[in-house]
Amino acid sequence: MAEAEEQQQQPQPAAPQSGGRSDGGEEAAEGGAAAGAAEPGPPAAGSPGTEEPAGDAKKKIDVLLKAVGDTPIMKTKKWAVERTRTIQGLVDFIKKFLKLMASEQLFIYVNQSFAPSPDQEVGTLYECFGSDGKLVLHYCKTQAWG
Amino acid sequence: MTDDKDVLRDVWFGRIPTCFTLYQDEITEREAEPYYLLLPRISYLTLVTDKVKKHFQKVMRQEEVSEIWFEYEGTPLKWHYPIGLLFDLHASNTALPWSITVHFKNFPEKDLLHCHSKDVIEAHFMACIKEADALKHKSQVINEMQKKDHKQLWMGLQNDKFEQFWAINRKLMEYPPEDNGFRYIPFRIYQATTERPFIQKLFRPIASGGQLHTLGDLLKDVCPSAVAPEEMWLSNLRIDLR
Repeated sequence: MAEAEEQQQQPQPAAPQSGGRSDGGEEAAEGGAAAGAAEPGPPAAGSPGTEEPAGDAKKKIDVLLKAVGDTPIMKTKKWAVERTRTIQGLVDFIKKFLKLMASEQLFIYVNQSFAPSPDQEVGTLYECFGSDGKLVLHYCKTQAWG
Repeated sequence: MTDDKDVLRDVWFGRIPTCFTLYQDEITEREAEPYYLLLPRISYLTLVTDKVKKHFQKVMRQEEVSEIWFEYEGTPLKWHYPIGLLFDLHASNTALPWSITVHFKNFPEKDLLHCHSKDVIEAHFMACIKEADALKHKSQVINEMQKKDHKQLWMGLQNDKFEQFWAINRKLMEYPPEDNGFRYIPFRIYQATTERPFIQKLFRPIASGGQLHTLGDLLKDVCPSAVAPEEMWLSNLRIDLR
Protein backbone atom coordinates (compact mmCIF):
# COMPACT_ATOMS: atom_id res chain seq x y z
CA MET A 1 0.00 0.00 0.00
CA ALA A 2 1.28 3.42 -0.89
CA GLU A 3 2.13 6.02 1.67
CA ALA A 4 -0.62 8.49 2.25
CA GLU A 5 -0.35 11.57 0.14
CA GLU A 6 -1.97 13.91 2.57
CA GLN A 7 -2.32 13.99 6.27
CA GLN A 8 -5.66 15.72 6.05
CA GLN A 9 -8.10 16.06 3.27
CA GLN A 10 -7.23 19.65 2.36
CA PRO A 11 -9.30 20.51 -0.68
CA GLN A 12 -12.50 18.91 0.54
CA PRO A 13 -15.33 21.34 1.13
CA ALA A 14 -16.39 19.16 3.99
CA ALA A 15 -13.25 19.86 5.93
CA PRO A 16 -13.94 23.40 7.11
CA GLN A 17 -17.37 22.52 8.45
CA SER A 18 -16.11 20.91 11.57
CA GLY A 19 -13.73 18.33 12.82
CA GLY A 20 -14.19 15.11 14.65
CA ARG A 21 -17.15 12.86 14.71
CA SER A 22 -19.87 15.22 13.48
CA ASP A 23 -17.84 15.61 10.33
CA GLY A 24 -18.38 11.94 9.72
CA GLY A 25 -22.08 12.28 10.26
CA GLU A 26 -22.47 15.07 7.79
CA GLU A 27 -20.38 13.35 5.25
CA ALA A 28 -22.68 10.39 5.27
CA ALA A 29 -25.85 12.40 5.46
CA GLU A 30 -25.08 14.12 2.23
CA GLY A 31 -23.30 11.10 0.90
CA GLY A 32 -26.31 9.83 -0.99
CA ALA A 33 -27.03 13.13 -2.65
CA ALA A 34 -23.40 13.71 -3.42
CA ALA A 35 -23.17 10.32 -5.02
CA GLY A 36 -25.95 11.35 -7.33
CA ALA A 37 -24.21 14.56 -8.28
CA ALA A 38 -20.90 12.85 -8.75
CA GLU A 39 -22.43 10.07 -10.75
CA PRO A 40 -21.67 11.26 -14.26
CA GLY A 41 -18.26 11.95 -12.81
CA PRO A 42 -16.42 8.67 -12.78
CA PRO A 43 -14.96 8.78 -16.27
CA ALA A 44 -12.60 6.18 -14.95
CA ALA A 45 -15.63 3.91 -14.87
CA GLY A 46 -14.61 2.25 -18.08
CA SER A 47 -11.09 1.51 -17.04
CA PRO A 48 -11.43 -1.11 -14.31
CA GLY A 49 -13.05 -3.41 -16.81
CA THR A 50 -9.76 -3.63 -18.60
CA GLU A 51 -8.28 -6.15 -16.18
CA GLU A 52 -4.72 -6.14 -14.86
CA PRO A 53 -4.20 -4.02 -11.83
CA ALA A 54 -0.98 -2.14 -12.43
CA GLY A 55 0.92 -0.14 -9.86
CA ASP A 56 0.29 3.20 -11.49
CA ALA A 57 -1.69 5.92 -9.82
CA LYS A 58 -4.70 5.77 -12.12
CA LYS A 59 -5.53 2.33 -10.89
CA LYS A 60 -5.84 3.65 -7.38
CA ILE A 61 -8.68 5.34 -5.64
CA ASP A 62 -8.76 7.55 -2.57
CA VAL A 63 -10.21 5.90 0.49
CA LEU A 64 -11.02 7.87 3.60
CA LEU A 65 -10.93 5.74 6.73
CA LYS A 66 -12.89 6.86 9.77
CA ALA A 67 -12.99 5.23 13.16
CA VAL A 68 -16.26 4.56 14.95
CA GLY A 69 -16.79 4.56 18.69
CA ASP A 70 -13.76 3.66 20.77
CA THR A 71 -11.88 2.08 17.89
CA PRO A 72 -8.47 3.77 17.62
CA ILE A 73 -8.24 6.44 14.93
CA MET A 74 -5.60 6.35 12.24
CA LYS A 75 -3.46 9.47 12.08
CA THR A 76 -3.44 9.17 8.34
CA LYS A 77 -7.00 8.97 7.15
CA LYS A 78 -6.72 9.21 3.41
CA TRP A 79 -5.09 6.41 1.48
CA ALA A 80 -4.54 5.63 -2.15
CA VAL A 81 -5.74 2.07 -2.56
CA GLU A 82 -5.66 -0.20 -5.57
CA ARG A 83 -9.08 -0.79 -7.06
CA THR A 84 -8.71 -4.52 -6.93
CA ARG A 85 -7.86 -4.57 -3.24
CA THR A 86 -10.52 -6.43 -1.33
CA ILE A 87 -12.25 -5.40 1.86
CA GLN A 88 -10.42 -8.26 3.57
CA GLY A 89 -7.14 -6.83 2.32
CA LEU A 90 -8.11 -3.47 3.75
CA VAL A 91 -9.13 -5.03 7.07
CA ASP A 92 -5.76 -6.77 7.31
CA PHE A 93 -4.00 -3.51 6.56
CA ILE A 94 -5.91 -1.50 9.17
CA LYS A 95 -5.40 -4.19 11.77
CA LYS A 96 -1.68 -4.16 11.11
CA PHE A 97 -1.59 -0.38 11.15
CA LEU A 98 -3.44 -0.21 14.46
CA LYS A 99 -1.41 -3.13 15.78
CA LEU A 100 -4.53 -5.12 16.59
CA MET A 101 -4.26 -8.80 17.36
CA ALA A 102 -4.98 -11.11 14.46
CA SER A 103 -7.81 -12.59 16.50
CA GLU A 104 -9.50 -9.23 16.99
CA GLN A 105 -12.39 -8.46 14.69
CA LEU A 106 -12.65 -5.38 12.54
CA PHE A 107 -15.79 -4.38 10.70
CA ILE A 108 -15.88 -2.04 7.73
CA TYR A 109 -18.98 -0.10 6.73
CA VAL A 110 -20.06 1.77 3.64
CA ASN A 111 -22.43 4.75 4.00
CA GLN A 112 -22.54 3.96 7.71
CA SER A 113 -25.08 1.33 6.84
CA PHE A 114 -23.86 -1.95 5.43
CA ALA A 115 -20.79 -4.13 5.76
CA PRO A 116 -19.54 -5.23 2.35
CA SER A 117 -18.45 -8.83 2.18
CA PRO A 118 -14.72 -9.43 2.62
CA ASP A 119 -14.17 -10.41 -1.00
CA GLN A 120 -15.72 -7.25 -2.41
CA GLU A 121 -13.27 -4.96 -4.22
CA VAL A 122 -12.89 -1.34 -3.13
CA GLY A 123 -12.91 -0.21 -6.77
CA THR A 124 -16.44 -1.53 -7.21
CA LEU A 125 -17.59 0.08 -3.98
CA TYR A 126 -16.02 3.36 -5.07
CA GLU A 127 -17.96 3.34 -8.31
CA CYS A 128 -21.27 2.73 -6.58
CA PHE A 129 -20.82 4.59 -3.31
CA GLY A 130 -17.93 6.97 -3.78
CA SER A 131 -18.50 10.71 -3.67
CA ASP A 132 -16.29 13.75 -4.22
CA GLY A 133 -13.65 11.52 -5.71
CA LYS A 134 -13.25 9.30 -2.72
CA LEU A 135 -14.76 6.37 -0.91
CA VAL A 136 -15.57 6.93 2.75
CA LEU A 137 -15.34 3.82 4.89
CA HIS A 138 -15.97 3.53 8.60
CA TYR A 139 -14.19 0.91 10.61
CA CYS A 140 -15.04 -0.46 13.99
CA LYS A 141 -13.95 -3.20 16.38
CA THR A 142 -17.52 -4.09 17.20
CA GLN A 143 -20.53 -4.35 14.97
CA ALA A 144 -21.73 -0.77 14.58
CA TRP A 145 -24.54 -0.94 12.07
CA GLY A 146 -26.54 -4.12 12.29
CA MET B 1 -45.62 -5.92 -7.53
CA THR B 2 -48.75 -8.01 -7.16
CA ASP B 3 -49.03 -8.71 -10.88
CA ASP B 4 -45.64 -10.38 -10.73
CA LYS B 5 -46.67 -12.78 -8.00
CA ASP B 6 -46.51 -15.90 -10.14
CA VAL B 7 -43.03 -15.02 -11.26
CA LEU B 8 -41.94 -14.23 -7.73
CA ARG B 9 -43.27 -17.59 -6.61
CA ASP B 10 -41.51 -19.45 -9.39
CA VAL B 11 -38.24 -17.73 -8.53
CA TRP B 12 -38.68 -18.37 -4.83
CA PHE B 13 -39.53 -22.04 -5.24
CA GLY B 14 -36.81 -22.78 -7.78
CA ARG B 15 -34.99 -25.94 -6.72
CA ILE B 16 -31.86 -27.80 -7.83
CA PRO B 17 -31.75 -31.56 -7.26
CA THR B 18 -28.38 -32.23 -5.72
CA CYS B 19 -26.35 -35.27 -4.71
CA PHE B 20 -23.83 -34.75 -1.91
CA THR B 21 -20.89 -37.14 -1.74
CA LEU B 22 -18.21 -37.24 0.90
CA TYR B 23 -14.71 -36.46 -0.38
CA GLN B 24 -12.79 -39.68 -0.94
CA ASP B 25 -9.93 -38.79 1.40
CA GLU B 26 -12.12 -38.05 4.40
CA ILE B 27 -11.69 -40.75 7.01
CA THR B 28 -14.86 -42.63 7.93
CA GLU B 29 -15.68 -45.56 10.14
CA ARG B 30 -18.34 -46.87 7.78
CA GLU B 31 -19.10 -46.27 4.17
CA ALA B 32 -20.71 -42.89 3.59
CA GLU B 33 -23.82 -43.09 1.45
CA PRO B 34 -24.50 -40.13 -0.80
CA TYR B 35 -27.19 -37.72 0.36
CA TYR B 36 -29.83 -36.20 -1.88
CA LEU B 37 -31.47 -32.83 -1.41
CA LEU B 38 -33.54 -30.30 -3.34
CA LEU B 39 -31.64 -27.06 -2.86
CA PRO B 40 -33.55 -23.75 -2.97
CA ARG B 41 -31.93 -21.48 -5.55
CA ILE B 42 -32.37 -18.32 -3.53
CA SER B 43 -30.86 -19.68 -0.31
CA TYR B 44 -27.31 -20.29 0.86
CA LEU B 45 -25.49 -23.62 0.98
CA THR B 46 -24.58 -23.45 4.65
CA LEU B 47 -28.13 -22.47 5.53
CA VAL B 48 -29.81 -25.54 4.05
CA THR B 49 -27.29 -28.33 4.58
CA ASP B 50 -27.64 -29.16 8.28
CA LYS B 51 -28.98 -32.56 7.29
CA VAL B 52 -26.07 -33.18 4.94
CA LYS B 53 -23.63 -32.36 7.72
CA LYS B 54 -25.39 -34.66 10.20
CA HIS B 55 -25.60 -37.44 7.65
CA PHE B 56 -21.87 -37.55 7.04
CA GLN B 57 -20.81 -36.84 10.58
CA LYS B 58 -22.63 -40.02 11.63
CA VAL B 59 -19.98 -42.11 9.92
CA MET B 60 -17.02 -40.00 10.99
CA ARG B 61 -15.06 -39.69 14.16
CA GLN B 62 -15.52 -36.43 16.00
CA GLU B 63 -11.83 -35.57 15.74
CA GLU B 64 -11.91 -35.89 11.96
CA VAL B 65 -14.57 -33.25 11.65
CA SER B 66 -13.86 -29.56 11.32
CA GLU B 67 -15.67 -26.83 9.38
CA ILE B 68 -17.73 -28.22 6.52
CA TRP B 69 -17.21 -26.91 3.00
CA PHE B 70 -18.41 -27.82 -0.46
CA GLU B 71 -16.74 -28.27 -3.80
CA TYR B 72 -17.83 -28.92 -7.37
CA GLU B 73 -15.30 -30.37 -9.81
CA GLY B 74 -12.39 -28.88 -7.95
CA THR B 75 -13.94 -25.46 -7.36
CA PRO B 76 -14.70 -24.60 -3.73
CA LEU B 77 -18.28 -23.29 -3.57
CA LYS B 78 -18.68 -19.90 -1.92
CA TRP B 79 -21.49 -20.22 0.60
CA HIS B 80 -22.10 -16.47 0.49
CA TYR B 81 -23.24 -16.65 -3.14
CA PRO B 82 -26.87 -17.72 -3.61
CA ILE B 83 -27.13 -21.41 -4.51
CA GLY B 84 -28.75 -20.72 -7.87
CA LEU B 85 -25.88 -18.43 -8.77
CA LEU B 86 -23.31 -21.08 -7.86
CA PHE B 87 -25.08 -23.63 -10.01
CA ASP B 88 -25.46 -21.33 -13.02
CA LEU B 89 -21.90 -20.11 -12.72
CA HIS B 90 -20.12 -23.41 -12.29
CA ALA B 91 -22.44 -26.21 -13.27
CA SER B 92 -25.12 -25.08 -15.68
CA ASN B 93 -24.05 -27.65 -18.26
CA THR B 94 -24.00 -30.55 -15.86
CA ALA B 95 -26.44 -33.43 -15.82
CA LEU B 96 -28.77 -33.41 -12.82
CA PRO B 97 -28.59 -34.12 -10.00
CA TRP B 98 -25.82 -31.64 -9.35
CA SER B 99 -22.97 -33.55 -7.77
CA ILE B 100 -21.37 -31.68 -4.87
CA THR B 101 -18.43 -33.00 -2.87
CA VAL B 102 -18.43 -32.50 0.89
CA HIS B 103 -15.25 -31.77 2.83
CA PHE B 104 -14.51 -31.56 6.53
CA LYS B 105 -10.77 -30.91 6.29
CA ASN B 106 -8.28 -28.59 4.59
CA PHE B 107 -10.59 -25.57 4.52
CA PRO B 108 -9.53 -23.46 1.54
CA GLU B 109 -8.87 -20.20 3.39
CA LYS B 110 -8.00 -18.33 0.22
CA ASP B 111 -11.24 -19.13 -1.58
CA LEU B 112 -13.94 -19.29 1.05
CA LEU B 113 -15.23 -17.21 3.92
CA HIS B 114 -15.70 -18.98 7.21
CA CYS B 115 -19.22 -19.72 8.32
CA HIS B 116 -19.20 -20.78 11.92
CA SER B 117 -22.84 -20.04 12.61
CA LYS B 118 -26.11 -18.98 11.06
CA ASP B 119 -25.48 -15.49 12.43
CA VAL B 120 -22.73 -15.06 9.86
CA ILE B 121 -25.15 -15.90 7.05
CA GLU B 122 -27.76 -13.56 8.47
CA ALA B 123 -25.25 -10.70 8.68
CA HIS B 124 -24.18 -11.30 5.09
CA PHE B 125 -27.74 -11.53 3.83
CA MET B 126 -28.79 -8.34 5.59
CA ALA B 127 -25.73 -6.52 4.31
CA CYS B 128 -26.74 -7.47 0.75
CA ILE B 129 -30.28 -6.22 1.34
CA LYS B 130 -28.96 -2.97 2.80
CA GLU B 131 -26.50 -2.43 -0.01
CA ALA B 132 -29.26 -2.97 -2.54
CA ASP B 133 -31.49 -0.47 -0.77
CA ALA B 134 -28.70 2.09 -0.66
CA LEU B 135 -28.80 1.93 -4.46
CA LYS B 136 -32.57 1.71 -4.80
CA HIS B 137 -33.73 4.27 -2.22
CA LYS B 138 -30.64 5.83 -0.64
CA SER B 139 -31.28 3.38 2.22
CA GLN B 140 -34.46 5.20 3.17
CA VAL B 141 -36.76 2.18 3.08
CA ILE B 142 -34.49 -0.20 4.96
CA ASN B 143 -33.71 2.47 7.57
CA GLU B 144 -37.38 3.18 8.18
CA MET B 145 -38.05 -0.47 8.90
CA GLN B 146 -38.01 -1.82 12.40
CA LYS B 147 -35.66 -4.45 13.69
CA LYS B 148 -38.49 -6.96 13.64
CA ASP B 149 -39.06 -6.33 9.93
CA HIS B 150 -35.39 -7.08 9.23
CA LYS B 151 -35.79 -10.22 11.28
CA GLN B 152 -38.86 -11.21 9.31
CA LEU B 153 -36.96 -10.96 6.02
CA TRP B 154 -34.29 -13.23 7.39
CA MET B 155 -36.69 -15.69 8.99
CA GLY B 156 -38.67 -15.79 5.76
CA LEU B 157 -35.56 -16.85 3.88
CA GLN B 158 -34.34 -19.20 6.56
CA ASN B 159 -37.66 -21.00 6.91
CA ASP B 160 -38.55 -20.83 3.22
CA LYS B 161 -41.69 -18.79 3.91
CA PHE B 162 -42.58 -16.92 0.75
CA GLU B 163 -45.43 -14.87 2.22
CA GLN B 164 -43.48 -13.94 5.33
CA PHE B 165 -40.56 -12.72 3.27
CA TRP B 166 -42.53 -10.84 0.65
CA ALA B 167 -44.78 -9.09 3.18
CA ILE B 168 -41.66 -7.07 4.04
CA ASN B 169 -39.63 -7.27 0.85
CA ARG B 170 -42.55 -5.72 -1.03
CA LYS B 171 -41.68 -2.39 0.58
CA LEU B 172 -38.11 -2.68 -0.57
CA MET B 173 -39.28 -3.17 -4.14
CA GLU B 174 -41.58 -0.15 -4.25
CA TYR B 175 -40.93 3.35 -5.51
CA PRO B 176 -43.01 6.49 -5.74
CA PRO B 177 -45.06 6.46 -8.96
CA GLU B 178 -43.57 9.79 -10.04
CA ASP B 179 -40.09 8.25 -9.96
CA ASN B 180 -40.83 5.56 -12.54
CA GLY B 181 -38.31 3.26 -10.97
CA PHE B 182 -35.52 2.83 -8.47
CA ARG B 183 -32.76 5.38 -8.22
CA TYR B 184 -30.29 2.78 -9.41
CA ILE B 185 -30.89 -0.86 -10.22
CA PRO B 186 -28.95 -3.12 -7.89
CA PHE B 187 -27.30 -5.84 -9.93
CA ARG B 188 -24.14 -7.89 -10.06
CA ILE B 189 -22.73 -9.63 -13.08
CA TYR B 190 -20.70 -12.75 -12.46
CA GLN B 191 -18.56 -14.25 -15.17
CA ALA B 192 -17.18 -17.76 -15.17
CA THR B 193 -14.29 -16.59 -17.29
CA THR B 194 -12.67 -14.12 -14.92
CA GLU B 195 -11.14 -14.19 -11.49
CA ARG B 196 -12.76 -10.87 -10.61
CA PRO B 197 -15.58 -11.33 -8.11
CA PHE B 198 -18.27 -9.46 -10.06
CA ILE B 199 -19.15 -6.33 -11.98
CA GLN B 200 -21.32 -3.82 -10.19
CA LYS B 201 -21.94 -0.26 -11.31
CA LEU B 202 -24.48 2.50 -11.03
CA PHE B 203 -27.23 2.01 -13.57
CA ARG B 204 -30.47 3.95 -13.79
CA PRO B 205 -33.68 2.22 -14.85
CA ILE B 206 -34.49 5.11 -17.19
CA ALA B 207 -32.34 6.65 -19.89
CA SER B 208 -31.72 10.39 -19.91
CA GLY B 209 -34.19 10.66 -22.81
CA GLY B 210 -36.91 9.14 -20.67
CA GLN B 211 -37.18 5.70 -22.21
CA LEU B 212 -36.90 2.61 -20.05
CA HIS B 213 -33.58 0.81 -20.07
CA THR B 214 -33.62 -2.84 -21.07
CA LEU B 215 -31.42 -5.64 -19.82
CA GLY B 216 -29.64 -5.39 -23.16
CA ASP B 217 -28.84 -1.72 -22.49
CA LEU B 218 -27.37 -2.67 -19.15
CA LEU B 219 -25.16 -5.36 -20.62
CA LYS B 220 -23.99 -3.18 -23.48
CA ASP B 221 -23.08 -0.48 -21.04
CA VAL B 222 -21.53 -2.51 -18.29
CA CYS B 223 -20.26 -5.67 -19.89
CA PRO B 224 -19.91 -5.09 -23.64
CA SER B 225 -17.63 -8.08 -24.08
CA ALA B 226 -20.56 -10.36 -23.26
CA VAL B 227 -22.76 -8.91 -25.96
CA ALA B 228 -22.07 -9.58 -29.63
CA PRO B 229 -22.57 -6.37 -31.60
CA GLU B 230 -25.15 -7.69 -34.06
CA GLU B 231 -27.19 -10.39 -32.46
CA MET B 232 -26.83 -9.78 -28.76
CA TRP B 233 -26.08 -13.12 -27.30
CA LEU B 234 -24.86 -13.88 -23.84
CA SER B 235 -21.98 -16.10 -23.03
CA ASN B 236 -20.68 -17.34 -19.73
CA LEU B 237 -22.65 -14.71 -18.01
CA ARG B 238 -24.86 -14.93 -14.99
CA ILE B 239 -26.84 -12.11 -13.59
CA ASP B 240 -27.99 -11.74 -10.05
CA LEU B 241 -30.72 -9.13 -9.78
CA ARG B 242 -31.84 -8.38 -6.25
